[in-house]
Amino acid sequence: MSGLQAFFEMGGYALYVWGAYGVTFAVVLGLGLASWRGLKAREQALARLEAARPRRRGRP
Amino acid sequence: MFTRLANPTRFLGLADRLLPWLAGATVSAFAAGLAWGLVLSPPDYQQGDTVRIMYVHVPAAWLALSIYLFMAAASVVGLVWKHPLADLAAKSAAPIGTAFCLIALVTGSLWGEPMWGAWWRWDPRLTAMLVLFFLYLGYLGLWAAIEPPDRAAQAAAILAIIGAVNVPIVKFSVDWWSSLHQPASVMRLDGPTIDPSILWPLLVNALAFHLYVATVLVWRLKAELLDRRLRALTLALAERT
Repeated sequence: MSGLQAFFEMGGYALYVWGAYGVTFAVVLGLGLASWRGLKAREQALARLEAARPRRRGRP
Repeated sequence: MFTRLANPTRFLGLADRLLPWLAGATVSAFAAGLAWGLVLSPPDYQQGDTVRIMYVHVPAAWLALSIYLFMAAASVVGLVWKHPLADLAAKSAAPIGTAFCLIALVTGSLWGEPMWGAWWRWDPRLTAMLVLFFLYLGYLGLWAAIEPPDRAAQAAAILAIIGAVNVPIVKFSVDWWSSLHQPASVMRLDGPTIDPSILWPLLVNALAFHLYVATVLVWRLKAELLDRRLRALTLALAERT
């Protein structure tokens, strides 16, 4: 168990190390999620709109 | 190759084939990088466990700089050759670069406090990175504030190109001026000076960050292309009724 405790304590620098990794992954996951969801929303909106205009599909 | 990719439909097809691989590789690389950086690598003899901050701080800073250069290059291509995807590629990359610039600044601050005794100094490199952050915000602001999109693209492209001068300033600031920030220990002409036990986790995390950028860039570029199609369809529908 003291190995796990040492891992969390990071040699007394827990605030700095975990703060840094926390911010990094909060931003990385947040941006990733927002980007992916933005794409999904547009794919769905496009599917709805293209269903409303079947005649024009495939024509320039 | 780039003229073939200029066709949005072809790009979208390629993107759909690449994305599962990119996303999977990103997750794997991050898992490996985290394990290596947080657990398997040793603490530094001087900096102790704070050296682990380097594994997120340095890749974030590297990418904040290279993404801005990518935006500047894409902006030139958009302005000069009118490549249809170029401006959208720059626009898609910008939020990612902004995020990494923010990560670099915050993680740097969290590293600076225990090591230098300062959350912030008006040091040449830190100041130049803060300027880069404002350039990123300005770029995003131009896209958000200007209509129609073609004019926004032009204005943003000019900001990206002019701002690119800041990138070598950040990079060489530690050589040109007396700086609190340590000089380069990886990207040097005579090779890295870091011990392999610390260099390797750094490189694995850098790979993870690069794969992440590729994945998110493709997602965002796809979204931009779909946006264009949505606008065109909405316009056409409105004209019919």
